[in-house]
Amino acid sequence: MKQLLIISGKGGTGKTTVASAFIHLTAADAFADCDVDAPNLHLVLPLTGEPQDADYYGMDKAHIDPEQCINCGCCKEHCRFDAISMIDEHSEVNLYRCEGCGVCELVCPVDAVTMQKDVTGQLKLYKAHYLFSTAQLRMGYGVSGKLVAAVKKQLLDEAVGFEKGKSGQGLGIDPIDLAIIDGSPGIGCPVIASLSGVDLALIVAEPSVSGISDLERITATAAIFDVPMAVCVNKADLDPERTEQIKAFCGEQRIAFVGMIPFDQTVTEAVNSQKSIVEYQSPAAAAVREVWRNIMELLGINY
Amino acid sequence: MKIAIPVVDNSEHTTISSAFGRAPYFLIYDTNTGEKHFVENQVARSSEGGAGVVAGQLIVDSGVKAVLTPQCGANAASVITAAGIKIYKTEGDSVKDAVAQFQAGKLAALKDIHKGFHHRGGI
Amino acid sequence: MNIAVLSGKGGTGKTFVSVNLAAAAAGSRYLDCDVEEPNGRLFFKPVITKQETVCVKVPVVDHVQCTGCRRCVDFCRFNALAYISGQVLVFTQLCHSCGGCPLVCPTGAISEEDKVIGTVEMGKSEDTTVVTGIMDPGEESGVAIIDQVLRHASNKSTEATIIDCPPGSSCTVMEGIKDADYCLLVAEPTLLSVHNLGMVWELVKTFNKPFGVVINKAVDNVHVVEDFCATHNINVLAKIPFDFKLADFCAKGLIACREDPAYLELFSGLLRCIVEEAQHETTANN
Repeated sequence: MKQLLIISGKGGTGKTTVASAFIHLTAADAFADCDVDAPNLHLVLPLTGEPQDADYYGMDKAHIDPEQCINCGCCKEHCRFDAISMIDEHSEVNLYRCEGCGVCELVCPVDAVTMQKDVTGQLKLYKAHYLFSTAQLRMGYGVSGKLVAAVKKQLLDEAVGFEKGKSGQGLGIDPIDLAIIDGSPGIGCPVIASLSGVDLALIVAEPSVSGISDLERITATAAIFDVPMAVCVNKADLDPERTEQIKAFCGEQRIAFVGMIPFDQTVTEAVNSQKSIVEYQSPAAAAVREVWRNIMELLGINY
Repeated sequence: MKIAIPVVDNSEHTTISSAFGRAPYFLIYDTNTGEKHFVENQVARSSEGGAGVVAGQLIVDSGVKAVLTPQCGANAASVITAAGIKIYKTEGDSVKDAVAQFQAGKLAALKDIHKGFHHRGGI
Repeated sequence: MNIAVLSGKGGTGKTFVSVNLAAAAAGSRYLDCDVEEPNGRLFFKPVITKQETVCVKVPVVDHVQCTGCRRCVDFCRFNALAYISGQVLVFTQLCHSCGGCPLVCPTGAISEEDKVIGTVEMGKSEDTTVVTGIMDPGEESGVAIIDQVLRHASNKSTEATIIDCPPGSSCTVMEGIKDADYCLLVAEPTLLSVHNLGMVWELVKTFNKPFGVVINKAVDNVHVVEDFCATHNINVLAKIPFDFKLADFCAKGLIACREDPAYLELFSGLLRCIVEEAQHETTANN
């Protein structure tokens, strides 16, 4: 099974629009939303039924037993994450800030600190005639790269079951040949986690000063991880000059340039009607189809 | 010589795991005596990050001289090679074939050490 | 006064609003905390006056003093240490700089050294002070960089500091909010944006900070953001109409309120509105 990742550097470039169009065009059996901070893909897909939810545990976090705590301030002094506050008679851990290092447990003179399991988010799996893996990070929780890895793992594990026809639901007799993954924005831990093991990363770029800066940073990151890349430009006609600049950049970097999508109000209309852009006849729809054909060719998949 | 192979379970007919750092078990096999046992890679698998480092440490501590694996991340590889252990590349998922090829001197050294993906779930 | 500008979803115009608010205010500061994608500087094009590197602590092991007890290896919950052939190996990219390993080492063999993970740039663009946090590619967490950027917030109540927060609602966003006097939530009229607005709204509520919404790319016939705000009794401070001219300014890296007096007026008005709201809240809370 091949994995296609769709990423963008900064958000709002149309990544989810492209991902939902690809899912529609491919009639994809397996897809995932790795934007666990602000998952959106489920809002634009015609999903059926309720997902299976599972608690996702991150690092264990520190807990201070108020009965045992003597409020000596030792833990607070040693905490590098400013996660401990001293209130009234005892100290307390700010779970948002705690990174689970265990230093406070180490230094506590009265053994009032224990490291306890902590739910970081919810893993969600939709299982119908397709597999859709997504998650929701708990509000205010960070380092979501770990949850991103879990979202992908959930999809890939389930997809293997599908391949072997083990799903028990009469599904997936044919092996799944493509998984489409809506990636995380940025270049940090979540996007690094979403890059792992993918066969191709499609970067949706925007022709603007910031769009080009984002593109340079995201390609630098993907290159560190040896992931093959392709680039398309969204809202290309808003700045033809910078679109050309992006094209030239791809040429220099030997990155496949797979198409230009024009600015098109139909895209907003599609999103607000919970439809994919390719369900409409419009300039953007035609361009997205072209990008899709080019990507399928790069992946060596015949449709 | 003792060798280690990442495997999917601890059964008689287990197969080679495509993941290294987060492989469920390592098969430790002594090519001289034919003795074998499994080491569970539990700590690495449940780790949020740095699974390769923990798995590598486990391999080093098991006293093997060679590792047979389809692939290996940079962190695990640094730990293993720092201990002077050689890494060989396997093809296919059969443990038996891999051991036979290794003993016949047909396995090449693993060259493509991928840079590792922190927190990678692995399959 | 510190104004944190947030949006659940990227691309709604958070940087556009932040940059223009800062440009509309006299003698303001603009703090770019979106350290993974710091784009405000591309509009301000500041003359850089000072650069600071941002460092975190990573352990260094003195192999002579090390007795090989492995306590550090066992202690590290981030698996950043291994003990191989009589030496401790340090994997700095896995290290969270918690300072635990020097504490557990019984022989004092572990000390700490600085590792650079990014830069903070200070500069001037007309009379706006521009502070930008930039994370090095391949690094995993920008929290230390954001903290260093936020140290440049003005403590004078008369000076506006605009904090351009990272997108989403994770812990890095909370860093930006925690010292803010007012939170401005930017949304656009799509269901996706409204969904994410809801998430950021939940986050801001937990901080008990005064907040309001600005609708960007507003169009006449879609009222999804207004509907959401009306339902939850959230104040909509301003609507910025959809305008091709703005897209053009953005694409060219120009600041709308420096190019077009109408936008200067719009953002000055928004700023006055925020100041009034924040003062009102302060009075009400006292």
